[in-house]
Amino acid sequence: MRMPDPEQGIIARRAEIARALNAIVPGEGVIWDDDELRVYESDGLTAYRQAPLIVVLPETTEQVSRVLAYCQAAGVKVVPRGAGTSLSGGALPLADGVLLAMAKFNRILDIDFDNRCAVVEPGVTNLGITQAVEHAGFYYAPDPSSQIACTIGGNVAENAGGVHCLKYGLTTNNLLGLEMVLIDGTVLTLGGKHLDSEGYDLLGLMTGSEGLLGVVTEVTVRLLRKPETARAVLLGFPSAEQAGDCVAAIIGAGIVPGGMEMMDRLAIHAADDFVQAGYPRDVEALLIVELDGPRVEVDDLISRVTGIAEAHGATTSRVSNSEAERDAFWAGRKAAFPAIGRISPDYYCMDGTIPRHKLPIVLERMREMSEKYGLRVANVFHAGDGNLHPLILYDANEPGELERTEEFGAEILKLCVEVGGVLTGEHGVGVEKRDLMGAMFTETDLKHQQRVKCAFDPDALLNPGKMFPELHRCAELGRIHVSGGKLPFPDLPRF
Amino acid sequence: MSTTFKPENADQVVEAVAWAAAEAQPLEILGRGSKRGFGRPVQAAHGIDVSGLTGITLYEPQELVLSARAGTPLAEIEAALEDAHQQLAFEPADLGPLLGAGVGQGSIGGMLACNLSGPRRIKAGAARDHFLGVHAVSGRGEAFKSGGRVVKNVTGYDMCKLLAGSHGTLAVLTDVTVKVMPAPEKTRTVLLLGLDDAGALAAMTQALQSAHEVSAAAHLPASIAAGSAVSYVAGAGAAVTVLRVEGPGPSVAYRCAALRKDLSDLAGSEELHSMNSTALWRELRDVAPFVGPPERPLWRISVPPQEGPRVAAEIVGSLGAAYFYDWGGGLIWLALPGPDESASDGAAADAGAGVVRAALGAAGGHAMLVRAPEALRAAVPVFQPQDPAMAALTTRVKDGFDPKRVLNPGRMYAGV
Repeated sequence: MRMPDPEQGIIARRAEIARALNAIVPGEGVIWDDDELRVYESDGLTAYRQAPLIVVLPETTEQVSRVLAYCQAAGVKVVPRGAGTSLSGGALPLADGVLLAMAKFNRILDIDFDNRCAVVEPGVTNLGITQAVEHAGFYYAPDPSSQIACTIGGNVAENAGGVHCLKYGLTTNNLLGLEMVLIDGTVLTLGGKHLDSEGYDLLGLMTGSEGLLGVVTEVTVRLLRKPETARAVLLGFPSAEQAGDCVAAIIGAGIVPGGMEMMDRLAIHAADDFVQAGYPRDVEALLIVELDGPRVEVDDLISRVTGIAEAHGATTSRVSNSEAERDAFWAGRKAAFPAIGRISPDYYCMDGTIPRHKLPIVLERMREMSEKYGLRVANVFHAGDGNLHPLILYDANEPGELERTEEFGAEILKLCVEVGGVLTGEHGVGVEKRDLMGAMFTETDLKHQQRVKCAFDPDALLNPGKMFPELHRCAELGRIHVSGGKLPFPDLPRF
Repeated sequence: MSTTFKPENADQVVEAVAWAAAEAQPLEILGRGSKRGFGRPVQAAHGIDVSGLTGITLYEPQELVLSARAGTPLAEIEAALEDAHQQLAFEPADLGPLLGAGVGQGSIGGMLACNLSGPRRIKAGAARDHFLGVHAVSGRGEAFKSGGRVVKNVTGYDMCKLLAGSHGTLAVLTDVTVKVMPAPEKTRTVLLLGLDDAGALAAMTQALQSAHEVSAAAHLPASIAAGSAVSYVAGAGAAVTVLRVEGPGPSVAYRCAALRKDLSDLAGSEELHSMNSTALWRELRDVAPFVGPPERPLWRISVPPQEGPRVAAEIVGSLGAAYFYDWGGGLIWLALPGPDESASDGAAADAGAGVVRAALGAAGGHAMLVRAPEALRAAVPVFQPQDPAMAALTTRVKDGFDPKRVLNPGRMYAGV
């Protein structure tokens, strides 16, 4: 993975830059001791490590504004960071860049049940929001698996998902407003407690922009009333194809489950061995279908779902009759990643999305790749929305195995694009999938995206090296190429 | 000489826009022309009419996805969805009648470019929340794409969000992909009778905070209710607060009963079944109470729901307007008196913009002048005015896509 060459001139000025930043953020809010910097050298994508030049921990929007304005004036790159749980290297530091850690923005500012929203600082954890409102029967819907640690600011940057996206949407569908700071220090307010954007939907554009457009300093999220009840069905199938057909049939019947998760045989066994979830071990695919809503509705839909499953050849069908039982069904799925960690020294978590009906062909092709690369792969699948998480099992201590794993992973993601899907469903492009963007986008597509970047950050100082395989200069992108320009098109109808 | 291009495919869109960019000749973008009077008047000698780009190119009900060329009539799409018992969950308004066009004239591209939604906005989101993928031609005369055909996708910037609601000022949409959802099996509406605005807000808030999954909440003051085509509403002889409940039959029946019981301290209630419910919510979606003379200024005001009655009262106090609420109080549709009625002179000069926007105050929100005579829409900021920083960023975004200002220039803001 090549990052932009560090600017030696900036590195040489570290002490001067740190002092200038310390004048904005006093005391221990600026870190540049090498030992202390090491804490920040990677995020959830631990294969890549790089200590930052300096870490700054601002406490106010004004400090963020002054830090960014200083960095722009001084030509210093900035990498924003929430809790550092990114699986795509979104918060990977730069040797010549300031790491702007938003950890001290950890207050919940306003809980407004009447307007059904909460205003929080970006360093509040995803789960922290729900915990602050659940006493009144509310929750915040997106629930990425790292929700105990990941921050809402990071969720905005990555447009985080979770297992309930089909019914409740991703982060972008659950935001009402942001306060953000541009690289020149300008503080902007997007949205608020009302709906819809008054101009261009910059709130939607910011969400999932991976820290390349601005730094979020305040977030207004929608709060939802907790469903009256939730029940889950555990379904086992002799083949992934049957399980996939069952998912399609459920949705075709007009049922949108709160969650619908699939696991393959290797994932089932690993999870069952780890937490004794009681999963059937003689099946090729396991489905967990969760229905939530009013009790009378859930009971009705549960029986419809089990009927559909039986018609599609389910060999196991168990319905949860208590919260404890529902939790038990989920326990294995929620422990799937660490369970794989038990049976392999290392694993690499992929994140593509495919049109659901392509699942059998994608699984078949992955089996072939698995043999070709000599690496095992376990599959966990958000079946409702087509988001696939293949986990490639490898051993980083075996020479060449990480490289083979990355090649395998890249081939999986290209396959996802080939069948009509996308490179990343919820983990982000980051550094990890940066060089694969060409598999999905043309140069013209990417230039249009980069012109958005230019509108926000003309000097490309915010999180460079992420998302785009190559950053063009804004001056070059701004030029318009005109070719002649008469009106010669004989075949273009007009009236 | 004025020319309107009528491309038959995306390549011809590229050709026409490339010419416009090279010659710096602005183009007015037309889908099917139903919302031509929506926004500021566009200053363009030429036009590009994409009504020739039609057809559903992909519809997979079990994958909840539909793709179509941008000029495809929305009516055609809604008919295809209905056949499979599906729908656009965000319930896009048909603004045609309101803006002087016919019923059912709009295109899917126009609907997305205006980011339309309807009463279900509070539960299901707006067009932008269902806009999965796009092929478009920017003002540089270059075709580009973004997004895809899957719901979960974070690959690159979410350009669909940016294009939704950009009113054709950044790119000409050529092909679009949207998320579709199952249609509810049953729909019922609880009517609460005789509440004033404050009481209605309290009732709607309680309903929307409940676990009963209310999918729409509106309040019609007595004079608006009286004009409804639904006899139960028109005949109530009082203000009517309406709460919609959708889903499987037994669930809907249970939730309606529960809501009526929960709210019985606040007001007496009635219930509408499917046919009447559908008719009523279509009326409100399409703002039927204010279909009428094109000179009568109409505002669409989005505010925090709890601010709705205060904002409406402040405006009505100075301008004598008629209004109703949707979105649990968060959306106010407000019509000023027509020219033949006794409008104050000040209001006539700026279509009430000064009063409307002052009423928003510090609470946040925005007001759009949806309908007014062309001269007024040219003179008064139709979209909520931006502060200098936001205006500058908006201009820079526009520069990236349309540096020569050839796509719908001035539709949203002067110079953009």
